[in-house]
Amino acid sequence: MAAAATSFLRRDGALSAGRFLAVVGPCAAFCLLVVLFAPWIGSTGVTWRNVLAGVSPDREIFFVARLPRVLFGALVGGALAMAGVLFQAILRNSLADPFTLGVSAGSSLGAFIAIWLGLEMVIWGIPVVSIAAFIGAFLTIALVFFIARTAGVVPTFTLILAGVTLNFIFFAVMMFIHYAANFSQGYLMTRWTMGALDTADMRTVLGAAPFVIGCLAGLMWIAGQLNPLSAGEEWAASRGVDVRRVKKLSYFIGSILTGAVTAFSGPIGFVGLIVPHTVRLVAGPDHRVLIPASFFIGSAFLVLCDTAARTLFAPTEIPVGVITALLGGPFFIALLKRKRGDLW
Amino acid sequence: MSCIFHLNNLVFGYTSTPVLRNISTEITAGEFVALVGPNGAGKSTLLKVLAGLVRGYSGSVEFSGKSLSRWNSRELARRIAFVPQETHMVFPFTAGEIVMMGRLPHRAGAVFDNPRDAEWAGEAMALTDTAALASKVFNHLSGGERQRVVLASALAQDPQVLLLDEPTVYLDLKHQMQFYDIVERLNAERGMTIISVTHDVNLAARYARRMMAMRAGSFIADGPPGEVLTPQHLYDIFEITAAVFQRPDGRGSYIIPTA
Repeated sequence: MAAAATSFLRRDGALSAGRFLAVVGPCAAFCLLVVLFAPWIGSTGVTWRNVLAGVSPDREIFFVARLPRVLFGALVGGALAMAGVLFQAILRNSLADPFTLGVSAGSSLGAFIAIWLGLEMVIWGIPVVSIAAFIGAFLTIALVFFIARTAGVVPTFTLILAGVTLNFIFFAVMMFIHYAANFSQGYLMTRWTMGALDTADMRTVLGAAPFVIGCLAGLMWIAGQLNPLSAGEEWAASRGVDVRRVKKLSYFIGSILTGAVTAFSGPIGFVGLIVPHTVRLVAGPDHRVLIPASFFIGSAFLVLCDTAARTLFAPTEIPVGVITALLGGPFFIALLKRKRGDLW
Repeated sequence: MSCIFHLNNLVFGYTSTPVLRNISTEITAGEFVALVGPNGAGKSTLLKVLAGLVRGYSGSVEFSGKSLSRWNSRELARRIAFVPQETHMVFPFTAGEIVMMGRLPHRAGAVFDNPRDAEWAGEAMALTDTAALASKVFNHLSGGERQRVVLASALAQDPQVLLLDEPTVYLDLKHQMQFYDIVERLNAERGMTIISVTHDVNLAARYARRMMAMRAGSFIADGPPGEVLTPQHLYDIFEITAAVFQRPDGRGSYIIPTA
């Protein structure tokens, strides 16, 4: 049994359904476990008896406050991790993540403008700030692509440069808006940039779930082609990959995933960077395994971070982005020191 | 033997200056061709055109009787494999995973590899003596091992044509020979068409049976290595004075540049 398990982890080439399950299965199980347990933990104790019997306030705390937040956290973490994998693959840069291409900054700029203009209303259950953030992300995607595109092709290096440059411009505009805004708006803006999952209700979860899971399914379809593409464009083209199509598709799926979840959660750093790296270290860079495994580990990671954010200094909550950065940063540095040779 | 590549008035340039000027030739299935010439002659570019990696040329390039641009890229990848000068991986793929990428154009399923694909990859690795490297990280291998793994990946495509772009330029003498010995066997035993760009005229003369010399984007000599390698041609191609000798083993000629 142990021999069979290690032979599944030995990466000597072909990916069978057995090897896929041996790696992705435990990741999914871990994610499920975390999502099932997290809602029971919090500053106010709830008992499963009261929750199932529908006794207040346990029922409300569990079903209205915690469960949607945990489920939304799982979707956001999974989406950001997948987006990280995609950007790293098509840019062939292990430091690329949803921030590199300016999508996060674009969505924050959208949110800042909405806060500055005092657009606090909610349309069809969606805060206008979130709509503005999504529009900001979407315009950034288009803008980066438009800048990088020359003569019908989109060179990878120009794509990164365009993204990084827009990042700088957007941050400058955001600083200006922040400076010009009044005190309470300024607080909202600062709060937004730290990221939070507490705005989610069940409607947000039900809206985001089919979208994120649909993207995961769609990505499994092109995952095999991302392997040669992550090795090089000529390498992929000479293996029959339609490089232009797969690259465009990955870029848009990665951006839309980032834009959609960031619109509600604010920019949450490090998930898109450390989760793919860690998974790659254990499971290898084959995208057919890397994408689903990163989805589950990203989900579990963000739910754990958010649980810590809710409980560490209860009843005061810390923004989840602070936790991901404080946990993720040192962890990532340790990883770099230990296994540099395997990372790039 | 049938014509596998037919080029007619091929003109191509990355910018407005053409790199390839009016190239017309035919290459027959089963040939072992060496493309030689000075830097910037257009050898690698020509190879990339044949590999379908470069588009936007004028003139016609036919592969197996059909215009190259009308070939579906997946169909083409089942017939033509390309080995670059040097391969570097950003991510820690193992040698076995690299070889399996060669099965991509043949893979029937959407996600998983079937045992037949694994068999093919295994055979390609046995042929290139890389089976023992299967679970090692590609970037940790030596230059010679890496090139053999890349060759195995190309062979896993089960190609009719193998295009080599200076595949041994970073290898030592032993590994250069080892690499070309494998390629020679593929050519002799399987009838695989080989087109190899190389700067090493002596290596080319030892293995290839046809030598095409390029300069400034066109062919200036074409024929068996013994006919192409004359002092006059060598001066025209490389602007060098060279002495040409017969190899003691009788396998063609070799040159020594003298000035």
